[in-house]
Amino acid sequence: MTNAAWETLSDQAIGVSGVVYFLALLAHLVEWSSLRGTVPVDAAAASSTRSRAAVGAVAVATGPTEGAGSGTEESRQRVALFGRLGLLLTMIAAVVHLTSLVGRGMAADPNRVPWGNMYEFTLSGTFVVTLMYLVLYRRFALSWMAPIVVAFVLSMLMVAVIWLHSAVTPLTEALNSYWLVIHVVAAVIATGAFTLGGMTSAMWLVKNRKGDIATGPLARVPSLATLDRVSYRIHAFGFPVWTFAVLITGPIWAHEAWSSYWNWDPKEVWAFITWVVYAAYLHARSTAGWKGKNAAILALVGLATLWFNFIGINFFSTTSQHSYADSAPSVVQPVGQPVGQPVGQR
Amino acid sequence: MSADKPTGADLNPRELGRWLWRQLTSMRTALILLLMLALAAVPGSVIPQEGVDSLKTSRWQADHPTLTPVYEKLSLFSVYDSPWFSAIYILLMVSLVGCIIPRTFVYLRAIRTPPPIAPRNLTRLPDHASYDSDASVEEVLQRAREVLKGRGYRLRPAENGSDYVSAERGYLREVGNLVFHLSVVVVLVGFALGSLFGFRGGAVIAQGSTFANTISQYDDFEPGSLFSADQMDPFVFSFDSFDVEWQRTNRGVLARAFDAGLTYTDEPGAEEQFYDLRVNHPLSIGDTDVFLIGHGYAPVITVTDGDGNEVYSGPTPFLPQDQSFLSFGVVKSPDAQPGQIGLEGLLYPTFELVEGNPLTIYPDDLNPLLSLSVYTGDLGLDVPTSQSVYVLDKANATQVLDNEGKPLRLDLSIGETATLPDGLGTVTFDSVQPWTRIQFSQTPGKEIALVGVVLALIGMCGSLFIRPRRVWVRARAGSHQDGSVTMVEVAALDRSGGGGDVAPVLEEIVDELRSAPPRVEEKQ
Ligand code: HEM
Repeated sequence: MTNAAWETLSDQAIGVSGVVYFLALLAHLVEWSSLRGTVPVDAAAASSTRSRAAVGAVAVATGPTEGAGSGTEESRQRVALFGRLGLLLTMIAAVVHLTSLVGRGMAADPNRVPWGNMYEFTLSGTFVVTLMYLVLYRRFALSWMAPIVVAFVLSMLMVAVIWLHSAVTPLTEALNSYWLVIHVVAAVIATGAFTLGGMTSAMWLVKNRKGDIATGPLARVPSLATLDRVSYRIHAFGFPVWTFAVLITGPIWAHEAWSSYWNWDPKEVWAFITWVVYAAYLHARSTAGWKGKNAAILALVGLATLWFNFIGINFFSTTSQHSYADSAPSVVQPVGQPVGQPVGQR
Repeated sequence: MSADKPTGADLNPRELGRWLWRQLTSMRTALILLLMLALAAVPGSVIPQEGVDSLKTSRWQADHPTLTPVYEKLSLFSVYDSPWFSAIYILLMVSLVGCIIPRTFVYLRAIRTPPPIAPRNLTRLPDHASYDSDASVEEVLQRAREVLKGRGYRLRPAENGSDYVSAERGYLREVGNLVFHLSVVVVLVGFALGSLFGFRGGAVIAQGSTFANTISQYDDFEPGSLFSADQMDPFVFSFDSFDVEWQRTNRGVLARAFDAGLTYTDEPGAEEQFYDLRVNHPLSIGDTDVFLIGHGYAPVITVTDGDGNEVYSGPTPFLPQDQSFLSFGVVKSPDAQPGQIGLEGLLYPTFELVEGNPLTIYPDDLNPLLSLSVYTGDLGLDVPTSQSVYVLDKANATQVLDNEGKPLRLDLSIGETATLPDGLGTVTFDSVQPWTRIQFSQTPGKEIALVGVVLALIGMCGSLFIRPRRVWVRARAGSHQDGSVTMVEVAALDRSGGGGDVAPVLEEIVDELRSAPPRVEEKQ
């Protein structure tokens, strides 16, 4: 296949995966609307030998079938059916999504990892969100998260396609390093994890407001205690990965490419801020009085700084050496050079 | 901030000191300081920073004459060296050390303490299970010891007559936590060493020239405050060749790969070595790292003055304005007679007139053209203050005009010579040579910092993923009519700061206990 063919394939695949994500979203919406009026099953049936004194002594409503509540048999079946359908569609969309990523990488000459600009980073980041959701689906019983994840991924893909799309270009010299692979893979994985963790924390806050034992759709969301635990576990996974990305591989690479480990470039500043906020989150978890609500808020603040760093800095900051999307390669600009108007072809 | 704030009157200085110390080293203070650090870092990403981009900073200052003095007072142009930023992180470090050292002792004591005795009523714990067994009390307890030992638990030594087993695991979590926090200090020490004893500098070097590593050869040089000049490695290199590969892309033509061929000697008299210096592939000579970070064109220009003397000759680095490599540069020849000669203008690497507009259509030097304006008079070079080589001081100079009275422009291709009016002299464009910008740095302590972050990461993983747990198993001779049944209670407790769900673990342990050889009978 030619490079142009790969690029076309990639563009088409992202369109197709968008459509499939949309269908998955519809399936989940049907699933959830079928839930109206149902009340939670008491999950205590799951284990007769142990009791739980935790706040949410009641429903740990999990998988699509379990959470169906005591509605009619028919509605329970509908919920299960559409839940499974949504999951299946999400899987298909993820595969097509991956195809699109591969296409981007193959379209470049020489072939490269598909995260050379913001469009590609968004595609990769959202793919990781989907992938992690699918991988953790069983382990953390994430079925309640389905509509949120799918809606989020779908909207980010729309943003990417509409505003961020750019044609395939080779990597600039500074980006052309195997550190790009290591550093960005870690950053993307951490971003995916923090995003999922943020969703859990947000749901904790919603549920905390509405009261733990709600009826209707919220009843499917696990108890506050479970949400809190899942949220912590996801963040605890993301934090070391983020540390590795921004405080180890980032500086090593910056040293190789720009000759300084840490330059307080805006992107670095915000990566540091994100790191500090999540460190504070982990502290808050172990400090009485800061648990629960404050921790959840900190998690969301962390997520905001994370996404601001990714999107905001590239748009608002012109000094950042990291705004690799649209500027000339920083590497041709010696310090102190007057920057004139671009002349010639663009 | 807290309710137990003492009223100053009933405290002697010593108690006050202790109280302050306790506050400072509390977890809550750590949390607040962390959040303050995050907040304090924000302005530096919004306001241009002296140390990051001095040019942009001075422009910003020129545009905001009223804000500038205020910002300057608040050190907002160098946030990360400012007293208030330093204050936050120094407080954080003090708090950290004050928090970690006592914890180390607590921890050392804790590892020598056996697992605690079992709570009286295990069924009061959130996670517990109970079942009846046919095995005797002693058999059940023995089995529990084996199972728990096999799972890596440490056991409380059996006491005479005790009817339970107490086990604990996950001691390393605390080690991880301590290692992590101490490593943060190590990283900062490494960083501090680098900025105190190191230096950073750069030079623009034209192909064919030789660079000896002395401070006078640098275009810019930023030493740390404890740097001493004898740290300079005595290497010498010559910049022999330059290769660049251009690639047409839909965002214009980009330099895909470029490298500078260097011949270097570590010290005078040492053997010659060769290195292809490329972006992302620095060269280390002694303690100095050498980086290629940019490239451009240096037209070789010769100026002869009105008396026919050659007053300027050599490659003159021009600075690329963007990725088209249209480049801007300046020539100053203060010794020219009868008047000083200053040239300023553009280099078009591949010149072409497109609809009457001069353009460069390709960044490679396929058809170079120099387009210069000429100044004479006082170029301000007599004052000792150092002047940028890329800026012509035109304040007291006059622009040379052509015979129509318009500003004179010299358009020269390679090999062409232009004669200046008024007997000022001639300007010749001999050839074009590439230049590279090379950055040099010494960062002592970088290994310390690296070891620190790696240790921090390992410690953090230990602290986040090791789950400290306690498990108790109690067996009592049963209540069954014939007394042959043993009642077993098992309880588990997760001691990590949240995120631990011990229920599955408990279930596993119970299953394992009950799969013991003696037949067991489930009773609820
Ligand atoms: C530069 C400052 C600090 C940073 C970046 C930081 C970061 C962290 C992180 C990421 C964690 C969670 C991971 C782990 O458990 O290792 C943590 C835990 C902890 N930190 Fe810090 N910390 C800092 C300062 C402090 C200070 C000053 C104190 C004491 C006042 C402190 C006390 C603790 C404690 C006790 C834990 C364990 C919490 C638990 O058991 O779950 N930290 N810290």
